[in-house]
Amino acid sequence: MSEMVNLNEGQHGEKTKEVLLNLGPQHPSTHGVLRMLMQMDGEKISSMDVIIGYLHRGTEKLAESFTYTQIIPLTDRLDYLCQPSNNLAYVLTVEKLLNIEAPERAQYIRVMMAELSRISGHMLISGALPMDLGAMTTLLYAMRDREMIMDLMEMATGARMHSSYCRVGGVREDIPEGFTERVQEFCHIFRERMSDYEALVSGNRIFLKRTQGIGAISAEDAIDWGLSGPCLRASGVDWDMRRDNPYEIYDRLKFDVIVRENGDCYDRWKCRMEEMRVSVDIIEQCLAQMPTDGPTIIDNPLIAFPGDKQKVQSSMESLIQQFQLSAYGFKVPAGEAYVSIEAPKGELGFYILSDGSEKPFRVKIRAPSFVNLQVLEVLAKHTYLADVIAIIGSLDPVMKEVDK
Amino acid sequence: MPDSTLLATLKTDYGKYIIDGTDTSDDFPCVEVEPHNIAAFCSELKHDTNLQFNFLSDICGIDYLPQIPRFVVVYHLYSITNKIRVRIKCKLAEDAEIPSVTSVWKTANWHEREAFDMYGIVFTEHPDLRRIYMWDEFEGYPQRKDFPLRGYCDEYNPFGDPPESRQEKEQDQGWSH
Repeated sequence: MSEMVNLNEGQHGEKTKEVLLNLGPQHPSTHGVLRMLMQMDGEKISSMDVIIGYLHRGTEKLAESFTYTQIIPLTDRLDYLCQPSNNLAYVLTVEKLLNIEAPERAQYIRVMMAELSRISGHMLISGALPMDLGAMTTLLYAMRDREMIMDLMEMATGARMHSSYCRVGGVREDIPEGFTERVQEFCHIFRERMSDYEALVSGNRIFLKRTQGIGAISAEDAIDWGLSGPCLRASGVDWDMRRDNPYEIYDRLKFDVIVRENGDCYDRWKCRMEEMRVSVDIIEQCLAQMPTDGPTIIDNPLIAFPGDKQKVQSSMESLIQQFQLSAYGFKVPAGEAYVSIEAPKGELGFYILSDGSEKPFRVKIRAPSFVNLQVLEVLAKHTYLADVIAIIGSLDPVMKEVDK
Repeated sequence: MPDSTLLATLKTDYGKYIIDGTDTSDDFPCVEVEPHNIAAFCSELKHDTNLQFNFLSDICGIDYLPQIPRFVVVYHLYSITNKIRVRIKCKLAEDAEIPSVTSVWKTANWHEREAFDMYGIVFTEHPDLRRIYMWDEFEGYPQRKDFPLRGYCDEYNPFGDPPESRQEKEQDQGWSH
């Protein structure tokens, strides 16, 4: 690059030159395969180019050749820390196209799973951000307790990570016996441990120095850059889709929306910490309100597998139904729908166009990490190289979701 | 604000821009405007003191091959103040260009780069229009309907479709690079 040879005159007449520095794509603090090209003026960044696409799998193109049920596992692989949220956003969009609604019990289960995954996602990043800044301990504690959520996921869905639990019209199967008690136990333990995490980091002077006032963004700029989720709320914008455009059964729940003022790295981190408490409240309310019995998937042989698995082995019609749905999928009336939910990272939206066949004509994913990451080059300008690490950690991009 | 009222408001206030408008099944209005008006229309919607569509959720390109005009660009707008949404569509011929809305919302930058990368839709006055997911030397636009799912066979992709089929396809549709 030609800029590299330009010599700048320093304060005392010394000659300096800008250096082009590459960070990533293989670097632990980039949380995946993020690459940055930075024009460095000493230790400060004069300009930055963010390069993504190292994990591009073409999910949107693939989805056009899959049936509607086959796409659910693809959505797992977007934000792999919070799969039930991704599943939920997708199935809600298809349900909108089909004009159906899941049974009440299924809606409670989905919300509970989405909130559990929100805790799991937030927990990882609130441990990883201090680790990037040198406080290793928090991540280990966070991973230990995240394991409880992994176990709960495994118990309900059979998989620790890629659960594919939601189905169009409900969930794959009912939660197993003893699950609610385990969730209650988790809520109880987690509430107590939350204060431990904060005690580990909140009073740490190094952590505070490296996050407070770093990477601050104003409310207007945050909206202009399309930030959403905790990144936006940390700047003082009071917007949470769970409350403002409620989906599923969120309108029956009472919960706080965490809003902070400064919009810096510390506030984004703090916002997530407090949101975990809110999620525990939501899960407890779900457990209290959830109907103890009832179907967990709609009774519509054209769309959903029979709710009772035994039926497949005893009834001819159910067997044919299972076979038809597995082999050919179901038809969705022609039309279009955009549905978005408050995913842990922000507004996760699916825009699906249907031409009336078993496969969607076009699937567009509005991935919150993709949009949030864009602001990095603005926040990083004129900061120190070390602060870039804090900013990336606080924006919380999941590269699989960024690259789709 | 109910959707029918929103659509009526849009039609009365912005009748000069709107070609067509309907209420959609997903509970918010969808309006169509001429591509060359999109930036002006978006800017007015953003600064409208009543509606305040201050948040751009998403920009999405769609390929309707073999229909003419071939492309559609879809904008999803949201108002954080009023909690309402609107969808804007622009139909675009294959060799046509559309003004960028980066001057209205900075967030449009990467969305438009993605649409350019995947469909080859050119946004004029975009500050930095280059590929975002694919590498710079990549040929073609992978999400177009005539681009094979497995890609074209080359040294990196031994399982792709034969490269000879590419020329046939391009001649069939009468377009070239």
